[in-house]
Amino acid sequence: MKLDSLYQEIILDHYKHPHGRGLREPYDAEVHHVNPTCGDEVTLRVRVADGVVQDVSYEGVGCSISQASTSVLTELVVGKPMDRALAVHEEFRRLMQSKGAVEPDEEVLEDAVAFAGVSKYPSRIKCALLGWMAWKDATAQAVGAREEAPSERSQRERAATRTARPAALRGGAELDGVPALRAEERTQ
Amino acid sequence: MTAWARSTSGSDAGRPAEQPPLDVEAVRKDFPILERRVHGDRRLVYLDSANTSQKPRAVLDALAEHYERHNANIHRAQHVLAEEATAAYEGARDKVAAFIGAPAREEVVFTKNASEALNLVANTMAWRSPYQVGPGDEIVITEMEHHSNIVPWQLLAERTGATLRWFGITDDGRLDLSELDTLITERTRVVSLVLVSNTLGTLNPVAEVARRAHEVGALVVADGCQAVPQLPVDVTALGVDFLAFTGHKMCGPTGIGVLWGRQDVLGQLPPFLGGGEMIETVRMTGSTYAPLPYRFEAGTMPIAPAVGLGAAVDYLTGIGMAAVAAHEREITGYALDRLREVPGVRIIGPDTVVDRGGAVSFTLEGIHPHDVAQVLDEHGVAVRAGHHCARPVCDRFGIPATTRASFYLYTTRDEVDALVRGLDEVKKVFG
Repeated sequence: MKLDSLYQEIILDHYKHPHGRGLREPYDAEVHHVNPTCGDEVTLRVRVADGVVQDVSYEGVGCSISQASTSVLTELVVGKPMDRALAVHEEFRRLMQSKGAVEPDEEVLEDAVAFAGVSKYPSRIKCALLGWMAWKDATAQAVGAREEAPSERSQRERAATRTARPAALRGGAELDGVPALRAEERTQ
Repeated sequence: MTAWARSTSGSDAGRPAEQPPLDVEAVRKDFPILERRVHGDRRLVYLDSANTSQKPRAVLDALAEHYERHNANIHRAQHVLAEEATAAYEGARDKVAAFIGAPAREEVVFTKNASEALNLVANTMAWRSPYQVGPGDEIVITEMEHHSNIVPWQLLAERTGATLRWFGITDDGRLDLSELDTLITERTRVVSLVLVSNTLGTLNPVAEVARRAHEVGALVVADGCQAVPQLPVDVTALGVDFLAFTGHKMCGPTGIGVLWGRQDVLGQLPPFLGGGEMIETVRMTGSTYAPLPYRFEAGTMPIAPAVGLGAAVDYLTGIGMAAVAAHEREITGYALDRLREVPGVRIIGPDTVVDRGGAVSFTLEGIHPHDVAQVLDEHGVAVRAGHHCARPVCDRFGIPATTRASFYLYTTRDEVDALVRGLDEVKKVFG
């Protein structure tokens, strides 16, 4: 049955026993993302130091897909150097937008390959991406804040620094082709 | 049933006092989509009619015939097609007026949907007229409104400096009227409320609220999106000043809505959208406006959808709204009984058929509504999960979302049984 491809055991496991849940200190940025069509919400914090994702903590309400995918996210990115964490994000996003046509890279995605089936359910892709988009938004803010911190520079120079960030971090949610995901508040 | 919904033995002309039960199997044959198979070879069980209803063959034919034989712009050309199209469009207005018991056809304004109808009233009340809202004035709504009957009033409050207040909801999903006299006061300029809640199913005592509102000189706006499709509605008996509803939930096409307004009130509101056809004379120095209802119908209107709505009204009238209402009540009662038997189900809203419409929201313990709906869909059962564009209702009951099954004249007991069986399948996946 097709449904089995959506609700894989790994997903149900993460849903029933989420990893990394709860909001923790210290953190560099916190974001709140909602899926306005269905009301799923996530509040997510990131801690980045020495170019490494130190912690991702979150609270949220939502369906099994959104909750499990956020749980898997924390497993995959915490402890990784930023560039590798971003590569995982990019691979997950590519998988979600694949309509089932992409063979997921298990080396990169590990448990997240279980979400391959979700890409065949257009109404659920946003559920799977909720926590991931929040993480990317929070990370962009955390890294941006760090770059701007030692600042005697003018507003203008700061803006220039912002655009000079790694391309993968620019733009926030909209760049990822999921305009319906909206950051309700951004802690700039 | 409240006074505004004509009783089953009442004024439905030419019908016997005892309404014969609806022949649902015969009705189903009028709706081609109900024969669809989904997900391989599963029978479609469509329980999402509060979202949008399915369309009978008569409506589909009317749309096709309009485009195939009569298509032209209305009110502004001198050829035969234009005359036919105009007659069909204006004929639809007559049908709608008769359907809701409007005292005059000029009181029926076509819009693109109910949201536009509600925005028409809320926007024009910000501008100069005897009904203009200003600082210190109050607008009263309820906590059980659809977002389309919340946001326009929030905008009106923001634009005018008025204050928005609202009725709460009781634990059993009824409107909390205990503060009726302190909520609606001399400061109230307008009260807007839903006749039948799209999430809770609650049928509200509109006449009682309207009486109090009129006592203090406030206007009353009713959102009839769920009520007009299901119940015989008579705007005079209803006692309100405005009624907004949409075509696509009552067997009509999308893209057409209705604002009914009492002529003496509607006639004093300033124009909403400016453009073609809403004018009398245009000079570079200023314009004068067309009489009702054209003053509120700027630009080329959704002509074919209006014609389709006319066909939908004919279809429902042919069946008889008393029969539709009786069936809705019967099937809702059956669904409530069956759902109550399912362990873990909590019904959000009134759990009896008393003063209730045909939308049943529920939660299934420990399983998110999206997951419920997804598994149900796999079994061919189409329901809606989410906040149903009435998020404050979910907040009120401390839940993120509900699963909602909603019924219409083609819904069978069999389909309700399929829903209940489907819930067992949901539990198997998430148990």
